[in-house]
Amino acid sequence: MHPAPSIILFTVASGLGYGLAIMLGLGLLDPQALATKVAHVLSLVLIGGGLVSSTLHLGNPRRAWRALSQWRSSWLSREGVMALATFVPLTLSATLALFAGRHSLALDLVGAVMAVATVWCTAMIYASLRTIEAWHTPLTPACYVAFSLAGGALLAAFFAALGGGEPRGPALAALLLLGIAWATKRAWKRRVTALVSATTPETATGLGSIGKVRLLERPHMTENYLTHEMGFRVARKHAAKLWLIAVGFGALLPGTALVVLLTGQGDALVITAAALACLGFVLGLLVERWLFFAEARHTVMNYYGG
Amino acid sequence: MTSLPSLPAPKKIGLVIDLDVCVGCHACVVNCKEWNTGGYGAALSDQQPYGADVSGAWLNRIHTFEVVPQGGEIVGEAGDARIVHFPKSCLHCEEAPCVTVCPTGASYKRAEDGIVLVDEDKCIGCGLCAWACPYGAREMDVAAGVMKKCTLCIDRIYNETFEEVDRVPACVRTCPANARHFGDFADPTSDVSRMVVARGGIDLMPEQGTRPVNKYLPPRPRTALADMASLPLAENTAGAKGFFAWLDGMLDRI
Ligand code: SF4
Ligand code: SF4
Ligand code: SF4
Repeated sequence: MHPAPSIILFTVASGLGYGLAIMLGLGLLDPQALATKVAHVLSLVLIGGGLVSSTLHLGNPRRAWRALSQWRSSWLSREGVMALATFVPLTLSATLALFAGRHSLALDLVGAVMAVATVWCTAMIYASLRTIEAWHTPLTPACYVAFSLAGGALLAAFFAALGGGEPRGPALAALLLLGIAWATKRAWKRRVTALVSATTPETATGLGSIGKVRLLERPHMTENYLTHEMGFRVARKHAAKLWLIAVGFGALLPGTALVVLLTGQGDALVITAAALACLGFVLGLLVERWLFFAEARHTVMNYYGG
Repeated sequence: MTSLPSLPAPKKIGLVIDLDVCVGCHACVVNCKEWNTGGYGAALSDQQPYGADVSGAWLNRIHTFEVVPQGGEIVGEAGDARIVHFPKSCLHCEEAPCVTVCPTGASYKRAEDGIVLVDEDKCIGCGLCAWACPYGAREMDVAAGVMKKCTLCIDRIYNETFEEVDRVPACVRTCPANARHFGDFADPTSDVSRMVVARGGIDLMPEQGTRPVNKYLPPRPRTALADMASLPLAENTAGAKGFFAWLDGMLDRI
């Protein structure tokens, strides 16, 4: 699948934003502190920016409101509805923290649950597609939610280090969630590696009863919408390297930085470690998301010899 | 509404495509584009139509496959490999995944005859339906930013101003080999239903659970080249008669 930058940016940014909102909702940070107020704003900016970026790839963005209408059947519609609805408790929570310097437990919990649900819906857009077998598993939403939570905890640790509270709690949570997230992703990847596609050129053409089917000629000499959108393929050797980069930046670097943070002393060290952890995680996640799309094979490629 | 109709449609109209007959001439491809670029909705745009990297939206495309039986040789003429031209347009699936994923209600399946359509005034061009279709039957019109797909030529088949013979899809009407047939699959006595029974019509990608309405007729079995009784042998003149026997003798003598 074509790894569209707007979608990669959207899933990474909104995932981080919701994750941070959840951690704020769980009361990991002190609502009085300036850093916590900035964290609230950042979470809303990440979510909002992600949503705007997701409309960039639409052919007719000005009709985007229509996407709220089909929540009965469409995960994309459900995601849109949930994203908008979640803004309500999150904005109220942020307002409370910004202007009154306090939490409301009920509001925060509602916001946190809705944020998880929104990330779940985003992932279900992909997981519900039978045409892309690599995505068609409950592990896909599990990964999205786990990465969102891990990213949120990392950001929370960073803002705690900046004065939002005691950073060791969020850092410990981040370490744990990071482990869970990458373990889930590893299970996801193992499934993909072991996957034997049920759809082949033989089932796609119905000619399997005669013999082995091989594409002789494409419909047209040049590329088309389908080959652009679904024909993207990344060389296997690059994919392997990129996976290592994703794990290195997204798992090992933040993991090590968190251990340093938990064991080390001194504000400068804690802040640097937390910042490095966040930076590495975001980079790693961007690569992970790029691979999520670039490595996925669509059944239509059975008609295009890919 | 992007939920699928709950009741089975009283009519199930669609196409039968005969893979034994299709010669891969692309006439249906061209006529489909011609008809649909002038009729319903936005024109089917092309990008860089006169450039090197031309591309555009088509609702029907022909792929060509080589099918090699077990133990067969790859090279077409020498072995038993078969060339199969494979026309592909929307199959108007009964369990159309392209419809249920649509967030706007632009994609829908008509309850009365099962045709799957896009309401271009509602489509936001998100492209998700093209991702959901296993067959690649939907293509974005990049210029208009809306999704395009086969309409089963809805503006022809119910068009009372047309003569009866023209009230079929453009691709069916134009095919010089008669490889495409149009009809109602809900009626077991229709031509298309009978063809499917007689020739063992098949579903594409049954494992995807889409239950396509369109059916494909597989190529008929073919005699292997090696088993053919009278191969035209250029070297052997033993069976020559009459003038050719005389000519053969004369040429031998020269
Ligand atoms: S062939 Fe594709 S576009 Fe047509 S109804 Fe089936 S899934 Fe939808
Ligand atoms: S591209 Fe249009 S028809 Fe397809 S899913 Fe999006 S809104 Fe619906
Ligand atoms: S039925 Fe009409 S729109 Fe569909 S492939 Fe044939 S000519 Fe094209």
